[in-house]
Amino acid sequence: MSPAEVPDKAAEGPDKGPAEGRDPGLQPERTRLAWRRTTLSGSVVAVLAVKTALHGGASVPGVIACALCCTLWLGFLLVAHRRIGVLATAAGHPGLTPRQATLAVLCTVAMAACGAVLVL
Amino acid sequence: MIDFARNVRLWFAPQEVREEGHTPDYRFSLANERTFLAWLRTALALIGGGFAVDQFLPDLRWGWRVGLALALLAAGVLCSLRAVNHWVRCERAMRHDEDLPVSRFPALLSVVVAVVAVVMVVVVLAGWEG
Repeated sequence: MSPAEVPDKAAEGPDKGPAEGRDPGLQPERTRLAWRRTTLSGSVVAVLAVKTALHGGASVPGVIACALCCTLWLGFLLVAHRRIGVLATAAGHPGLTPRQATLAVLCTVAMAACGAVLVL
Repeated sequence: MIDFARNVRLWFAPQEVREEGHTPDYRFSLANERTFLAWLRTALALIGGGFAVDQFLPDLRWGWRVGLALALLAAGVLCSLRAVNHWVRCERAMRHDEDLPVSRFPALLSVVVAVVAVVMVVVVLAGWEG
């Protein structure tokens, strides 16, 4: 990936409080864009899932798995939307909660499971 | 193994992470979050790759095609589970002022991707001949 994963102002140490105006490293903005990129990757997966389901005639399990995939994609979008909203507005830059992280991962895992159903 | 069970419990219990140690500089937390998202994108790319193998290599025999697709999907699942686990471990380490956890996973994943790529080349060449 890009150098976006490295905190470039890390050398200043944790003593400087977060509440002193604009962050020169634009960390919240970069994190927001990382969420955006991730939702885009998820969208590509959802489109490929729909294409797989429609390929070669639609079967009942295929359509169900495809619908489930789209629902999971919406769920992922919702998690990302909430997180982006927090990053954009909240003061003090609260961190990601484990529940949000787990939800995002569960959506991904369940999409893969639907994929297995579609491929078989 | 006990550590792993505790980490799994922490995935679902947001308050408990906050109770440990002290809150690190938010920039470190956000950097950790972006790393998590980068791994999640890697997982999504692997899952997309599974769909792509199934869709765009129709000339392959059924067994090879489905096997490769399932392998890629499984790699995606593994990668995403590992992403959240590593995120929790890093978060805990930062809160306790410990060293960040080291991991064999990136090396493992690159070896697996390399093997899958070689298999794909062989299979595509053999598949088109046969």
